[in-house]
Order: sequence, then structure tokens, then C-alpha cells
Amino acid sequence: MKEFGGKVLFLDRSDINTDEIIPAKYLTEISKEALKPHMLEDLKVEGFDPWAAGVADARVIVTRANFGCGSSREHAPWVFEMNDINVVIASSFARIFRQNMFNCGMLAIELPESAIDRLFSHKEGAKVSVDFEGNKLTIESAKGKEPFEYSISGFDKALVEAGGWVDFADARY
Amino acid sequence: MAMTLSEKVFQAHLRDEPFPGTKVLGIDVVMCHEITTPIAINDLVARGKDRVFDPEKIKVVIDHVTPAKDTKTAQQGKILRDWARRHAIRDFFDVGRNGVCHAIFPESGFIRPGYTVIMGDSHTCTHGAFGAFAAGVGTTDLEVGILKGVCAFREPNTIRINIRGKMPEGVYAKDVILSVIKKLTVNGATDCVIEFHGEVVRGMSMESRMTLCNMAIEAGGTSGVCMPDEVTVEYLWPFISSEYKDKKAAVSDFRKWWSDEGCEYVMVLDIDVTGMEPQVTHGYKPDQVKDVSMIAGEPVDQVYIGSCTNGRIEDLRVAAAYLKGRTIAPTVRGIVSPATPKVFRQADEEGIIKIFMDAGFCVTNPTCGACLGMSNGVLAPSEVCASTTNRNFNGRMGKGGMVHLMSPATAAVTAIEGKIADPRKYSKGGAK
Ligand code: SF4
Repeated sequence: MKEFGGKVLFLDRSDINTDEIIPAKYLTEISKEALKPHMLEDLKVEGFDPWAAGVADARVIVTRANFGCGSSREHAPWVFEMNDINVVIASSFARIFRQNMFNCGMLAIELPESAIDRLFSHKEGAKVSVDFEGNKLTIESAKGKEPFEYSISGFDKALVEAGGWVDFADARY
Repeated sequence: MAMTLSEKVFQAHLRDEPFPGTKVLGIDVVMCHEITTPIAINDLVARGKDRVFDPEKIKVVIDHVTPAKDTKTAQQGKILRDWARRHAIRDFFDVGRNGVCHAIFPESGFIRPGYTVIMGDSHTCTHGAFGAFAAGVGTTDLEVGILKGVCAFREPNTIRINIRGKMPEGVYAKDVILSVIKKLTVNGATDCVIEFHGEVVRGMSMESRMTLCNMAIEAGGTSGVCMPDEVTVEYLWPFISSEYKDKKAAVSDFRKWWSDEGCEYVMVLDIDVTGMEPQVTHGYKPDQVKDVSMIAGEPVDQVYIGSCTNGRIEDLRVAAAYLKGRTIAPTVRGIVSPATPKVFRQADEEGIIKIFMDAGFCVTNPTCGACLGMSNGVLAPSEVCASTTNRNFNGRMGKGGMVHLMSPATAAVTAIEGKIADPRKYSKGGAK
């Protein structure tokens, strides 16, 4: 199982689509590694610069509603994985993106909008740690520490434990 | 108990329920294209599991960039081609025989009512037009589909949309679905199947129904669905005639998939199309939709007619009816991409290709091409395209470009004026 948690990258916008996470022109790559430098290249969010210092050492993304909408491309979770980001926390996800995250053994955590607002209030230098067993996460910043409980389905949890859907399905079917 | 169409399909295909709320379904058709499949193939090879669950149930096409434009796209094609040969996958559509996946697969008779269909492509929802449960998935789901013939889903809720009234002149299925997305918003149907009902849908061709279902994903929907009826049977008849004694028997068999009276919907929406205006998107989200009269006059650099939404024969016929005897504005680049070779041939035989060319359009081979900004009409920064495709995301058709989604009719008259125009002002079949 992957290690979850670390420095947070805040993306303060709803409806970020998978074209913005990884543009279509890179879909001709047949290795995941080649995607790495192009993460969020076309994303337009107030105050976000994809090349700024700090993006590179992020491990967790905190964002708003309907994250990962649009194209089914699993290149979106892969480009996060290649950049060592394997947790995305949002108020809601597009279905295919959410399933792709769990299918890759990564975490897509949904929290109510009020909780997302509180996560955003931590901003600068915030870190998130995840207690996977206990379905809890904690954000820590200059503002202090704040815990949150989340829920994911039994199936999604099992996928993360198995290291993804291929291993789960191969063992079972 | 009264059930929805997708509940019936789930029940008929249930293989396992590993956790409450998660249903693992047997899959009838696993469809593959060259963008999302090669990494799955490579992963299966790396795991020492280079197998397919059933070569008859796997359908393969090279469509997104074809013929290959560079070494990388050539490699993607080669991985897919070699794999299809290695596993004796018969239904493989390569250069010369290939077309846009969600047009060529239904046209080939691969989709039936009650089927489960997956593909590593979000617009797989298109095939719900046949009364199937058809969902876009990622590469990992596709990989498991190829290897095991199964896929896991949360059982979706269902939204029912009743479309009533009389379709006005100049208004088409594309306008109806854009107005639906405007109402539902871009995530209003997440984890839901959208059922399209009502007299307007019953009166629609399979092509128009596919246009409706194609854009279910733009509201977040898992699948769009229409109830399979006489129109479905008529379309499928060349492929099913040996299975039924007559068309009536097929219609009554398909009836078993219909959502039952009294089944549960999470939302019911009534739409009256009477008086509806042609619809056009503005901005970078598909729910940002306006009446054409509010946006007419905005200049465009390119007009694109094609894609899995509106690249079928009916779409080309409509556009050609407006273009006949007219030429497009000198400031506009017109591009039309018939979605399949069959559509291309038919358009040629009907004189439609000539009409497009006389008007000043460039006619491309069947491909996704400009729809996702990979070839055949990529925009320069700040350029604007009027397009019959399904996504207006920032950069979708080229970095810094802007896309306005619209029907083939609106796109055709927009090409004539060089700015967004209202098809209702035009007579079909030549200049007034
Ligand atoms: S035509 Fe466009 S939306 Fe349709 S499958 Fe091709 S790239 Fe995707």
C-alpha cells in the first residue's frame, strides 16, 4: 500500500477537468513517466502557477467540486502519481476520475463543502496526514491542527489495500 | 418490484457483490481505441497476463489520430494492431476502414438493448441510445475488462427527462441536449443514468438519440439511455434479422428492458421544446449555454463539423441543406469530418461531399481529429471555433483556443456568415 499524506497543493476552483490536469497532446505517450513534467500545465486558477516552487513537493491536493470531470483519461491520476501526489480531497468528484484513483490504489476523499472551506483556511505551508485505517485525516499549518473524518466505500478501501483493481480482480475473478 | 432499465441490466449481468453497494457486472462489449488501450496492453504484458477474456467481445479501432501523424501516434497504433492480431480480435478497424469509435461500433451492429458496454472513453454513454448500460471507464477498468470481462460499478440512480412538444425549425437533438445540460449543470447527473423519454425522443432517429446520449457525461452522467423501440429495431434489423421472426417480435422482446411503470427516479425533468431556440455554449464549461440570439454575431475563425456527437450522415445532411448553393465566409476555415467510411461514402453518393467542397469546406478522413485538439484543425491561441463536438474546455481544441458547441445547422450557417448565426433565418436548400 502507498504512503499517504504530506504537503498540500490548494486548487481553489470547481470543475477542474482532466484536460486541465493533463492536456490531450500528451496522450500519445505510452509511458507514465513521460507525463510527469506536464501536470496541470493548462490549468487556470487564480494564484496558481504550475511552475512555481512548492508544487513539486506537494503530496496532497485539496480542491472544490466536480474534480476530474471530462475525459476518462487515467493519465490524470497517473500524472499525479508520477509527481508523488496520491491523495485528492474535494467536495465532489467526477465518477470516472474517482474510480480511476481507487483503481490505481490512490485516495479520492470527499468531504462536505464546509470541511473543504476549513481545509482552505489553512493555506500556506499546510500538511495533511492520513490515518487510512481509521478513515481520518488531519491538516496542520501555522493555524494549528484540525482533524476530519471521512468515509470511503468498503470496495474502494479494499482496492487501495490490494494496490489497485487489477490485483484485486485478478485474485478474485 | 418496479425497476429502471439500468437496474434490469445490472440484475441480468451481476457476477459478484464484493461489498454492499458495489456490483461487479459481466461485460458484453469491451471497446478499445489507441489512446487509452496501449498502456493497458503494456501492463498486461508486464504482468505476464497478455490474455483476453473473449476476442469476439472485444472491438478495436484506431480513431483519435489516424493516419498516424508522428512516431508516437504510429507506435500507439502499432501496439493496438499487434495486440489485436496476436489475440485474433476480428473486429479491428484500421486505416481506410476506421472511424470515430462511438459512430463506427453502433453502425457495425455491436450494440444491443440490455447490453453492458465499457470503453476507455468518457463518451461511451452514447451507446445507451440502444437501451444498453454503456459507461466510460479508465485504463485500469479497461484492462480488467479485457482480461476478465467484468467491471465494478456502484448501482447508479436514474434521472428521467421527458421531452415534449414540437421541435421548431432549426432546432435539433444537439440543441435539446445542450439545454438539458444547462438545466442539470456539469455535475448534476454524477453517478446517475439519464433516461430520455417523451414524444420528441420517440420521434427521433437513432442518430439523434445517440447525440442526446453522447453528452450525458457533460452533465456528469454515467450513461444516457433511450427505451429500445421500433426505431431501434429498424436500425439494428440487418444484424438481428436471423434472431427474430419479424420486426414486431424484436420490438416486443426489446420491451423487456424498458423501465417499469412506478420505478424509482431521483429526479424527473420535463422539457418542452416548443419555442426552443438553437443553443450555443459560451465559456469553458458545457453547461454555459445561451440561446443563439443572445450570442449571434460573435466572429469565429474555424467551423468544425464532425465527432461522435454530430458526425453522422443525418448531421452532414442537415449541414449540407444549409450550405447548398452558398459559400462560407472568406475569414473562416471550414472543416468537415464524416465520422465513418460508411458515412463518408453515403455523403458522397448523396452529393453532400460536393456541397461541402463547393461551399469551401475541407473534408477530412474519418477521425476524432480536431475534437480533442490532436490533429486536423488545432487552434492557435486566441482563435475561436464553432464546433459540433461535445467539449468546450479551455484548450480542448488547442492551447488558448475557444470552442462554441452547437448543432450542425448552426455550425453551417455560422460558417456562411463567419460569425455565430441563427439557422432559423435561413432557408434550406439554397440562397433565398
Ligand atoms: S470525437 Fe471527440 S469526444 Fe468523440 S471519441 Fe473522439 S475525441 Fe472523444
